[in-house]
Amino acid sequence: MSELKIENLTVEVEGKVILRNVNLSVKQGEIHALMGPNGSGKTSLSLAIMGHQKYKIREGRILLDGEDITNLEPNEKVKRGLFLAFQNPVEIDSIKLSTLLVAEYNAFYGERTTPLEVLNYVKSSVKNVGLTESILNRGVFQGFSGGEKKRIEMAQMLLLKPKISILDEPDSGVDVDGLKIIADAINKLKVENNTGYIIITHYRRILDYVNPDLVHVLNKGTVVASGGKELARLIDEKGYEAVIKN
Amino acid sequence: MEEKQLGLDLKEIIEASLDARDERISLQEFHSRVVNAGLRRDVIEEISRTKREPEWMLKLRLKGLELFEKLPTPNWLPDVLAGLDISSMNLYVKPNTGTARNWDEVPNEIRNYYDELGIIKSEQDYLAGLVAQFESEPIYENVKKELEKKGVIMLSMESAVQKYPDLVKEYYMRIFPPSDHKFAALHAALSSGGVFVYVPKNVRLVTPIEGFFVIGTPQEAQFEHTLIVADENSSIHFIEGCSAPRLSKDSFHDGMVELYAKRNARIKFTTIQNWSKNVINFNNKRAWADENATIEWVEGSLGAKVSLVYPSTILRGEGATSTSLVVTMAGSPGDWKDSGSKMIHSAPNTKSKVVNKNIGFNGGVNVYRGLIRVNKGATAARAYVKCDSLMLDDITKAYTFPHNEVMEEDADVAHEAHTLRMNEEQLFYLKVRGIDEKEATSMLVLGFIDDIMRELPFEYATMLNQVIKLELEKLGAVA
Ligand SMILES: Nc1ncnc2c1ncn2[C@@H]1O[C@H](COP(=O)(O)OP(=O)(O)OP(=O)(O)O)[C@@H](O)[C@H]1O
Ligand SMILES: [Mg+2]
Repeated sequence: MSELKIENLTVEVEGKVILRNVNLSVKQGEIHALMGPNGSGKTSLSLAIMGHQKYKIREGRILLDGEDITNLEPNEKVKRGLFLAFQNPVEIDSIKLSTLLVAEYNAFYGERTTPLEVLNYVKSSVKNVGLTESILNRGVFQGFSGGEKKRIEMAQMLLLKPKISILDEPDSGVDVDGLKIIADAINKLKVENNTGYIIITHYRRILDYVNPDLVHVLNKGTVVASGGKELARLIDEKGYEAVIKN
Repeated sequence: MEEKQLGLDLKEIIEASLDARDERISLQEFHSRVVNAGLRRDVIEEISRTKREPEWMLKLRLKGLELFEKLPTPNWLPDVLAGLDISSMNLYVKPNTGTARNWDEVPNEIRNYYDELGIIKSEQDYLAGLVAQFESEPIYENVKKELEKKGVIMLSMESAVQKYPDLVKEYYMRIFPPSDHKFAALHAALSSGGVFVYVPKNVRLVTPIEGFFVIGTPQEAQFEHTLIVADENSSIHFIEGCSAPRLSKDSFHDGMVELYAKRNARIKFTTIQNWSKNVINFNNKRAWADENATIEWVEGSLGAKVSLVYPSTILRGEGATSTSLVVTMAGSPGDWKDSGSKMIHSAPNTKSKVVNKNIGFNGGVNVYRGLIRVNKGATAARAYVKCDSLMLDDITKAYTFPHNEVMEEDADVAHEAHTLRMNEEQLFYLKVRGIDEKEATSMLVLGFIDDIMRELPFEYATMLNQVIKLELEKLGAVA
């Protein structure tokens, strides 16, 4: 059984400490929600886990299945089964979406599948998130709406079937139907692939669909509370102050 | 015919030219250095005699020699040339074979060499015709039957001069006269090899035609000449692929391409230049476009150490159009890629578009010198220039010198230029999708030139792709 373990992580960006002694542990098949006010460090944590150069790990380590992956290249982490859906994925106008999806499929699975099969997987991954194939001919995220971006991030998760998946606000800017599609994708991989999740969110709504095992609250770079679903309800009703004060 | 070897010290000729450029030597001294280097009247006469050329061709060569000595050295001739170990040229080395019509007649070692480059296969698979050049002499000519039936002439320049002297004479170095600059004159004097193509009226060729040029021996330099005439209402896509084996010394190349598109005709000319790193590629490319004619240049200048290429079109007929898409890559210390399209609007309602993209890393230098000229009388001319540089590290340089000369007030001339660095966030995103750094970098670099890649036939896009990936392997190897 796979497990992502974040041990005592302290992270600095531009000379400023933004995460302090964070501990978090997610097993396959589990769903953890990560909440916290704007600027509390949620996105920074996800980027630091994936190995973004700007987010310098000053202390602590990241383990996947017991292996220290702290200093591995991002693509190596992905190959070991880690995935990140970005809060704000960067536009890459010069690369066609289909080119990206084919390249990542081949990078992940090795080039043992025929190009035609790969293309079919790529096409169905896009259809599975309620988008039409024609979007594949556009530049990566070029002029995509907020919701389209989120859906394409989920399509890539479906393509790569990670062991542990970090989703940074998969529900922001997404319409009702989209939210359902995204929640379905999460549940589908959980059932079929036993994927474990860290879902970063500000809203209880998605949690009603996916049923988290645990909810954590990050404030000013530290985990200040962990608990069950009721923590999300409390935040929803009374705001972050209610949990942060404790 | 016996074998002749006439040595010519090209290194000395170039160095004398640079000295003349900077007025370190007198015209008299320049003359005597050039003569000592082997560039003499009797040598030129000997070349012409061996090739059994008509009188006009000899005269043109001698005119070229005279002009080479007289004309000033262009100030854009880069200083880096002085430091190179340019090999002497052995003029007119006759290979041990005549002109063959199919591959079985070609000697094994030459065949194997072409095989390695994958030419035979691609010709079988795809290309309509091929004239390959090994050393200075064409060894293989094959014009597919359909072309012959349509009256298309495609011959080595040597054969064309013999068989169609009047037709060749009408266009040869008329578009690019030897008086244009010093190295055009040198080309006139020493020209050898190349292809002549004539497409008759109303013949529209759909399949691209390829001429594959190879610098064969280390001692060889090339002055090949390609001339394409598309008669009224005709069309042709010609692909000039260039590749050279590893040579022990630097090799100088001073080729020329002339395109003539008559009324309503269209010529697309594609070059993938992937010469080995010690070739100095000096290419003179010019086209004439008559009324409503179209000239399209597509150029990938990837190989060679020093490369100077400026595809130019003279829009001489009303409504003529030209595009020029150029990619250059400088990826080693000492690499110097000088390029820039020139569009001369000489008639009303003419249109031109230039897209120049250069990629630099490992300390390479890319230079863009473009020219848009709208002559008096060329009313309602439209020109658009886009010039982008992608620099993958901090030791690399790119210079842009766009030039506009606009004589008509209603001309619409637009220029865009961008300097780009590798985008770290994009690179990170690709890595987080499981793609390793090298692959991600080449995806972004290829994406940068995507609008030009799209203009290439699939096989060539794939080849360009592979060449760029291979070169990028060396990224960061020097720091
Ligand atoms: N690259 C960076 N350079 C400078 N400061 C940064 C950088 N990345 C993050 N920060 C800062 O670190 C803090 C945490 O930001 P982060 O994006 O992780 O917050 P968040 O919890 O994801 O917020 P939100 O809910 O708004 O998405 C913020 O103060 C932010 O400005
Ligand atoms: Mg965030």
